Amino acid sequence: MTERLFEGADWDFHTLQRITDACEAVALKDLGLDVYPNQIEVITAEQMLDAYSSVGMPLFYKHWSFGKQFAYHEASYRKGLMGLAYEIVINSSPCISYLMEENTATMQTLVIAHAAFGHNHFFKNNYLFKQWTDADGILDYLDFAKNYVMQCEERYGRAEVERTLDAAHALMSHGIDRYPGKKKLDLREEEKRAGRRRQHEEEVFNDLWRTVPKGASKTRSAISLERRRKLLGLPQENLLYFLEKSAPRLAPWQRELLRIVRHIAQYFYPQSQTKVMNEGTATYVHYRIMTKLHQQGRISDGNFLEFLGSHTNVVFQPEFDDPRFSGFNPYALGFAMMQDIERIVTNPSDEDREWFPDIAGRNDVMGVLRDVWANYRDESFIGQFLSPKLMRHLRMFHLHDDPEERAGIRVDAIHDERGFRRVRRELARQHDVGYIDANIEVVDVDLSGDRRLILHHHVIKGAQLNETDAKRVLQHLADLWTYDVSLIEVDANDKVLREYVVSPRPIPAAVA
Amino acid sequence: MPIHIIDRRLNPGGKSLENRQRFLRRAKSLVQGAVKKTSQERDIRDVLEGGEVTIPLDGMHEPRFRREGGTRDMVLPGNKKFIEGDYLQRSGQGRAKDSGPGEGDSEDAFRFVLSRDEFVDLFLDDLELPDLAKRKIAQTESEGIQRAGYTTSGSPANISVSRTVRLALARRIALKRPRKDEIEELEAAIAACTDEDEREALLAQLEKLKAKTKRIPFIDPLDIRYRRFETVPRPVAQAVMFCLMDVSGSMSEHMKDLAKRFYMLLYVFLKRRYKHVEIVFIRHTDRAEEVDEQTFFYGPASGGTLVSSALQAMHEIVRERFNPSDWNIYAAQASDGDNSYSDGELTGMLLTDKILPVCQFFAYLEVGESGGSAFDLSDSSLWTLYERLRNSGAPLSMRKVSERSEIFPVFHDLFQRRETAQEKAAP
Repeated sequence: MTERLFEGADWDFHTLQRITDACEAVALKDLGLDVYPNQIEVITAEQMLDAYSSVGMPLFYKHWSFGKQFAYHEASYRKGLMGLAYEIVINSSPCISYLMEENTATMQTLVIAHAAFGHNHFFKNNYLFKQWTDADGILDYLDFAKNYVMQCEERYGRAEVERTLDAAHALMSHGIDRYPGKKKLDLREEEKRAGRRRQHEEEVFNDLWRTVPKGASKTRSAISLERRRKLLGLPQENLLYFLEKSAPRLAPWQRELLRIVRHIAQYFYPQSQTKVMNEGTATYVHYRIMTKLHQQGRISDGNFLEFLGSHTNVVFQPEFDDPRFSGFNPYALGFAMMQDIERIVTNPSDEDREWFPDIAGRNDVMGVLRDVWANYRDESFIGQFLSPKLMRHLRMFHLHDDPEERAGIRVDAIHDERGFRRVRRELARQHDVGYIDANIEVVDVDLSGDRRLILHHHVIKGAQLNETDAKRVLQHLADLWTYDVSLIEVDANDKVLREYVVSPRPIPAAVA
Repeated sequence: MPIHIIDRRLNPGGKSLENRQRFLRRAKSLVQGAVKKTSQERDIRDVLEGGEVTIPLDGMHEPRFRREGGTRDMVLPGNKKFIEGDYLQRSGQGRAKDSGPGEGDSEDAFRFVLSRDEFVDLFLDDLELPDLAKRKIAQTESEGIQRAGYTTSGSPANISVSRTVRLALARRIALKRPRKDEIEELEAAIAACTDEDEREALLAQLEKLKAKTKRIPFIDPLDIRYRRFETVPRPVAQAVMFCLMDVSGSMSEHMKDLAKRFYMLLYVFLKRRYKHVEIVFIRHTDRAEEVDEQTFFYGPASGGTLVSSALQAMHEIVRERFNPSDWNIYAAQASDGDNSYSDGELTGMLLTDKILPVCQFFAYLEVGESGGSAFDLSDSSLWTLYERLRNSGAPLSMRKVSERSEIFPVFHDLFQRRETAQEKAAP
């Protein structure tokens, strides 16, 4: 019989080392995970609160809003309203996991399995993280950002820097590129392509086309509008990027600050799209590792029961009429779906064979899961893999709330044969950031005219912007743009629902 | 794969301190308002304790583009009885979910905890003690001594042994003074030696070592160091606060409570400025006595009213125990304003000749019954007297209070930073 990793609840650093080694053996050999090197750090509750208020990162620039977060978290922690997380994990290489010092040995094992292997694998392999984040560079970049902000404060004054950062933070949710940009061709490529194009033209040349009458040529103003929009890269939904590149009167350091905020927003963008998957993966991994360690006899029955206790709490999903209900718990949904996939792969029913012909009965659980973890995000994952069995199990139903409807809220679909696909589509949509964030883009600006910046909000399903907040954000935007800004809310038929116009505030004096 | 396990617990804490201070600075006026409001509700004894304050979120709000309204679709778990096409009644209040800071406008207040220091700082932020420097005795500030390195001369009592020995050791090593065990080793070798020639050589070597030992002393006068001291002017860092109160029958519980609150504020305030604050409680009827705090506020007493007795008692205590050159003296007197008419002359004389010259600050607080506006009535005898003194140039501060909520504003008013006045006085 193998030796136990630990007895009771106490641990020291040798225990942590043994635990990590044991977890690593299971993770790499049995589950075939592929992870960044791990760095495990033990921290106190106060340090955890610190980390909370700087979005979980070990270092961050200084800003009052983080102090506000800190004060808020601290107050609720002290009053006992809020427990602290057992761990925080950072998508970096090496992958840093913070463990709370007051965790018991079992909990440390759980969080090491969860964070240092589960999340770590997901960060390293999921396509969104690969595409959008640079795990090797993030800590250096944050260090640069912190120093840069500090230098700016010294040189240009704290108030000025704060003003810029406040504005940038207000626009942070609209400082994200949603699509990877086109790679710029180098000159040689360009030349080759031009040659191919010419060749194609020569091959298909036919003099007859010259005689075909042309349509009415575009008016001059239309051409100039098109040209203008093209020059500025409009329409542009990344407001911070647009300001950084095109705002007429920003100082270079202000542009750099916008860039920093934009980069950080972009770094966190994949996380917001993969909550369910990320937590589902980590929970599934820790469950597998813990079970395996228990089977090997390296964790005692008592400690395993302790683990099951916390695990059950983590994946608890209250029902909609429960006072504790606050939406779907990403841990619960994610874990349930991973386990469901395991069931479909190893022990499918006829229904599963019909719904998931690709994976049903393939028997290679980890192969399928690793593929899923690498190539999906929440929206596509749910849209693809939520099975009728799980919908029945969670008793999901779809409500449609139209304020115009007098009779009340309609139950649109439930977990039955008619409703499966609709429920699943709707749940997937709920996890689609494209639907969650307001769709706002810069559509036009006349740089040689009055320089008014024109934005459109494409209203979906009648959900308009909150007025007070919108005005404040636009105020920030106008301050950066330094000319009037107008935001027009239009519905799907281009009908104008509402228009905001905001003028910039005068810059406070004493800016040397 | 190498795994690093790092213990970060010992890292310096307070990483968020800077951000927190920025937040407080930004929200200063809001927090200050909240602090003052909180302190009114609290027992003044607990004012020093810091604690939770609530500020309106407005101004600290971080706006974002948020969508609201419109038709909503949601998928929920836990269906029990609904089937497709059912209609659910809307509950009246819609959905009011509380959310984190910065999100959701449903939250109009923001609660957080201030530490004791932050709280008191904000509480006393724009206040200042008048005449912080002693007026008369600025030149005769007492002097203290403090260590200031080492010197090569001094009195034997001040020899620094450790420093001397250290220098001697360095010198001995540098000059290669033979060590004791070296000589002993050599002597042992001589004793064990049988060969005559070798013995000669060893003996000669021993001689040489011994001579060298004699030449290089164990401790040389050069090595000796003395501790050096220098005198520095020491600011007076202690204060005494005299609480004078009329406890004759005309003072009600309410009035005493008002007085107590004022004293507490003064105490908190002095405590911020001085390392050491003594409090002397003097209560008086027609006789004055020094009492402890409990008796001062709650002990029963009755009799007539002679304010001069309290001033006389204070004067004596100052003369006996608090030398004005060592102590900053603050006095606050609370009374309902009654004084026997014949006592006025004596009181005025004591105050102008004995008390005010040694005091940094003398405040008179006239307390009145709750609800009864003291300001409509004709001025009390004590008030009239003090007013006359003040008009003739005595540095007296005086206010009337009749409600608990007025205490802080009055206190604030008395100690407000008066920069212009001081600047005028400075040249």
